[in-house]
Amino acid sequence: MKETYRIPVGPQHPGFKEPMRIDITVDGELVVDTDIIVSFNHRGVEKATEARTYLQNLYLIERVCGICSHTHTTCYSQAVEEILGLEIPGRAKYIRCFIAELERIQSHLLWVGVAGHEIGWDTLLMYSWRDRETINDMLELISGNRVHYAMNTIGGVRRDIAPENVKDLREGLTYLEGRTEYYIHVITKEETFLNRTRGIGHLPTKTAKELCAVGPTVRASDVKMDIRRDDPYAAYPDLDFDVVTSDAGDVWGRSIVKTGEILQSIRICRQILDEIPVGEIRVRAPPKVPAGEAVSRCEAPRGELIYYVRSDGGSTPERIKIRSPTLANWMVATEMLKGVYIADVPIVVDAIDPCLSCSARVTITDHSTMKTVITSLGALGNQKQRR
Amino acid sequence: MIDPAEAAIYLLIFPGFAFLLLYALFCEWVDRIVYARLQNRAGPPVFQPLADLLKLLSKEDIIPKYADRVLFQYTPLIAFAAVMVPIMNIPIWGTKALYPLQGDLILTLYLLSIPTLALFVIGWSSTSLYSTVGAFRAATMLFGYEVPLVLTCLSAGILSGSWCISDITSYLASHPSGMLVLAPGFIIALIALEAKLERPPFDISLAETEIVGGTLTEYSGKKLAVMHLVADLAMVIGVSLVAAVFLGGLMVGSGTFIIAGTDLTPFLNFSLYIAKTLGIVFLLAVIRTLFARLRIDQMLDFSWKYLAVGGIFQLFLVILYAGMYQG
Repeated sequence: MKETYRIPVGPQHPGFKEPMRIDITVDGELVVDTDIIVSFNHRGVEKATEARTYLQNLYLIERVCGICSHTHTTCYSQAVEEILGLEIPGRAKYIRCFIAELERIQSHLLWVGVAGHEIGWDTLLMYSWRDRETINDMLELISGNRVHYAMNTIGGVRRDIAPENVKDLREGLTYLEGRTEYYIHVITKEETFLNRTRGIGHLPTKTAKELCAVGPTVRASDVKMDIRRDDPYAAYPDLDFDVVTSDAGDVWGRSIVKTGEILQSIRICRQILDEIPVGEIRVRAPPKVPAGEAVSRCEAPRGELIYYVRSDGGSTPERIKIRSPTLANWMVATEMLKGVYIADVPIVVDAIDPCLSCSARVTITDHSTMKTVITSLGALGNQKQRR
Repeated sequence: MIDPAEAAIYLLIFPGFAFLLLYALFCEWVDRIVYARLQNRAGPPVFQPLADLLKLLSKEDIIPKYADRVLFQYTPLIAFAAVMVPIMNIPIWGTKALYPLQGDLILTLYLLSIPTLALFVIGWSSTSLYSTVGAFRAATMLFGYEVPLVLTCLSAGILSGSWCISDITSYLASHPSGMLVLAPGFIIALIALEAKLERPPFDISLAETEIVGGTLTEYSGKKLAVMHLVADLAMVIGVSLVAAVFLGGLMVGSGTFIIAGTDLTPFLNFSLYIAKTLGIVFLLAVIRTLFARLRIDQMLDFSWKYLAVGGIFQLFLVILYAGMYQG
């Protein structure tokens, strides 16, 4: 007789940096079924934004995520600027992109380290996080802050890139380029890393498209999808870069995509430093926003980020809806976990680079009856498979 | 006839309990600082292992409600006793151990397996899911590394014609070329030892990011302190065994250094013992730094495809060598 048993992984587990729970049903060491339960730290950010003015909301929204804080405010500012009909200065657009790319580099380097830790290779963690300090220092040089840069404001950016800092920034980029090339060498050549990532958590192109995966996860399944290219915002229409994809579709493919994107980000940063136009960095925005609504999309380090902002003409928004990239990737995570070993669960979940602070429950509305049910994402994933 | 007072000093102070415990903590520090420096970190100060041990000893000790109380409480002590014994059979200051015994090579290998079995019993008696998974992994791994380790150690035994560690060391001291014949075995034994000590990349039964604390998940306070100490002691015994069996030839002959009527050879050989063991600890730390953790199936694959085959190759090499040069 085949005996299976359930192991609860999380919400407090050394493999996960944030509270999430995955109940895995295992047969020996093999995972046969999974159930993902999130929303252990629902903070009510969306509701809280309704009680604050548009400007105050910038500071709240920046704290939705500790890693991609800049992308969140960029996305929010863009939505508000669209309702206001505001065109921000060219220099501000370039600075927004520059910070966003630095943020992507630091997020991906962080991921390389965490991935190393998940497969019991702390050396990779120590090295990549040491190099990540360079990025934090560069961000501090520009904005004065290492985590929440507070660069965006409605109508532009708050700080300029000082000409005397450009040399240091270029040196930092050169150092990071060398290190990233080394990491790419390591993760393509090191046998034990390949053993733990090749063929693990495989996600076929078809499933990735069906379940609407985003970001590096879908790009590693050979889908060329990048908001920076598909729906360019800020200065991206003027910038030249490649969308990194891989046809491997496994954890290894995702590492290749992420490290490859670091190199592309460095390329973008250099272009920005070369081509940045001179001029103002912000335009004045009125405190009250006319009635209207807007949807804004950005490519966060983890994938597509969507903000929906609706204004009723007052000084506070009527509704803000955040769809973070992690939320879009939970479905594929349940799919990828089928048939892996217990030992692979942390690295497979980590491969979508989960950022939980903004992922909460989903509300499903049946359009024909207009009935609303609130359900957990795991249950939703299971429904799909049952169908 | 052994003088009881002398025997007590040997057992309790040197090379017995006191020396062994301090040296185990020192080896842990060497391992940690090498690991840290290779990872570009500062690493702990030299007294850190002792401080960790004392802190753990003073912590609250919890026994889970559904655990088997007897097994849960006393298995660490059995493991502790098992790893304290073999130091009597391993040469430390010369070619002869304190109390050499015919067949003590087998005895030492056997006693070194006790901590692994203890890990299994501990994981089983904890009744926690993570511990149970860890326990099965510990027991499964045993089948992987034990065979190569025993094969290589037995090759050394066949080469010297004895299963006594002291005899193997004396043979290698008088025939240093034997160490060259045993060189492949030394490498295999190092890797197998890394697995035996449950260290990365073979820390499969304790894998933190996968199964929390593995077998030791439910352990706290004194029992955890004892288990950490057992790991350190097992490391010292393991490296001493490998040093004696494969590097026994790195030895100063007796009566070579006599200054002012005192024979300094034991001191020199003791220093050589420290150098050899620390060198092996260094190599173990390097292995720990370089690789990502293997999965249990990959570990077994690796053991049987490469380590065990290498062990058999070593055995043939030794038999050929012995047949050709020893008649």
